[in-house]
Amino acid sequence: MGRKILLKNIEIPGIRTFPVYRENGGYLSAGKALREMSPAQVVQEVTKSGLRGRGGAGFPTGLKWSLLDRKSDKPRYLICNADESEPGTFKDRYLMTHLPHRLIEGLIISSYALGVRTCYIYIRGEFKFLAGILEEAIREAYQNGFLGERILGTDFSLDIFVHPGAGAYICGEETALLESLEGKRGNPRIKPPFPAYKGLYGFPTVVNNVETLASVGPIIGMGGEEYARIGTGKSTGTKLISACGHIRKPGVYEIEMGLPVEDFIYMDEYCGGIRDSKGLKAVIPGGSSVPILPADLILQTAKGQKRLLTFESLAEGEFESGSMLGSGGFIVFDEDTCIVRNTWNLTRFYRHESCGQCSPCREGTGWMEKVLSRIEHGNGKLSDIDLLVSVAKNIEGNTICPLGDAAAWPVASAIRHFRQEFEEHIK
Amino acid sequence: MTTNDIKYNLYNRDNTPVAFSAATLEKIGMLIRRYPEGQQKSALLPVLHIAQEELGGYLTVDIMDYVASLLNLQPIEVYEVATFYTMFYLEKVGKYVIEVCRTGPCSIMGSDPIVEYLEETLRIRTGETTPDGLFTLKTVECLGACGYAPVMQVNNEFYERLTTERIDQILDDLRKNKDLDKSPGSRWVEKFY
Repeated sequence: MGRKILLKNIEIPGIRTFPVYRENGGYLSAGKALREMSPAQVVQEVTKSGLRGRGGAGFPTGLKWSLLDRKSDKPRYLICNADESEPGTFKDRYLMTHLPHRLIEGLIISSYALGVRTCYIYIRGEFKFLAGILEEAIREAYQNGFLGERILGTDFSLDIFVHPGAGAYICGEETALLESLEGKRGNPRIKPPFPAYKGLYGFPTVVNNVETLASVGPIIGMGGEEYARIGTGKSTGTKLISACGHIRKPGVYEIEMGLPVEDFIYMDEYCGGIRDSKGLKAVIPGGSSVPILPADLILQTAKGQKRLLTFESLAEGEFESGSMLGSGGFIVFDEDTCIVRNTWNLTRFYRHESCGQCSPCREGTGWMEKVLSRIEHGNGKLSDIDLLVSVAKNIEGNTICPLGDAAAWPVASAIRHFRQEFEEHIK
Repeated sequence: MTTNDIKYNLYNRDNTPVAFSAATLEKIGMLIRRYPEGQQKSALLPVLHIAQEELGGYLTVDIMDYVASLLNLQPIEVYEVATFYTMFYLEKVGKYVIEVCRTGPCSIMGSDPIVEYLEETLRIRTGETTPDGLFTLKTVECLGACGYAPVMQVNNEFYERLTTERIDQILDDLRKNKDLDKSPGSRWVEKFY
């Protein structure tokens, strides 16, 4: 059984409320940070922990924080990205539903470290029920002196507000999120300038994922070095994996980084194997945007090593034979799954969610969907397969934001690993 | 700007007045104060949610103009936002809007048969509203509940691990609720702002 850090105490009744969370060691890390540590020391601990962004990109959190423009005396903002919309991903929703105070505590410590006094939680509009849970947790934190003016008698003051989106996958991209938070369409911005210099309202801003920020409390509690002892290589600590698809036990699991993929799929304490005792066909390990891998390559790398749930191991073999840890949205397909149909489905998603700003993505996602639709419905030509590869290649790297890549990779990888199935559909 | 400055004598084209209640205006004033001075545009998404909720279930041009006047924006700034986000409805919808997730994980777990069953049972096609105005059926992209697939939302309430039997039960319950002002799932505005 792996260590539980983020989901620790989740089984305790009432842990969602302030008093129960507090009785069980909650807000001790916030007290420690605000009373005993300088903001620079907090940043240092997070850097030492090796924590990497849990939203999908895996960027080192300590480094992101140290890039924030602190020289100017402009206001600074911390934005919690709770726009969880990557197909296959439902971990932040789970964390916030059951342990909202874990997130609020992380936001308090992180804001203190960054010199921020206003923090917004941008939550996807479909999670309105969660906005309520968070508002309630925030209200409790104000009542108990952990938010508002002069927190715990220190000079540090902080306000946290929940801000609902309204149905747009693209707003999970950090600059689109900022545009949306400013009351505009979610069109991603050209970078640079990066949000660390010009973010919300043009002021220095850090945008972090829910799980990333929720990890900050435990890191301060146990110390960065101790946290870094969990996991392997540059994948430290624990990670929430949301598992779905054709498995016996779909759900959210906290794993220590480095758990073998095979154990995760087949052990009873995790997914419990493929349902109805069927065979494993393929896995998308990090949310729908990352490359799909066939059973042999998800269990072992091309070099024959065990595939582990880490940033490095899942990427081993790059796009030829690897994938990515991404957001931890782990989608499992059994032997009866039609890869063509699933790829068409995902492409329809990206076509729907493309903001339309860049031509390669706006037009390319539409064409991929049309071509895949005709293959799926028996009207494809053999040349369509290379046409898809070509369209995907022309989207990749040619757009302002990563949605273009995210739309191209599922198609490119499905054809790379399951070309025969596409051909059979056409013949 | 405070909301007290607003003269709200706008009307929909069918002559129904477009105006929030005093209590809602107070809430909106509070919402605007969550953002820095001069950044009241940030309140646009939350205010449009409230407008849709309280002014008839969908956003008419008149409602959007009213919201623009409340937030001191040009109407076009509201239109471009309202047309971008899928949760804002620009056409009349039923009292209950059923939105079935059709993306990847829900699809492989059987969302298509769920949509077909709803079409048969409600005797409408996806995108349509029942003649009694009770139900609108839509499909949507990933709702972020993939482990509990197949999934749908009805007025923002999640219904998970759907089967045809569950659908019958849910529709029955909603029909019994039809005299209520709002569905239980849509009460978030009152509760949390």
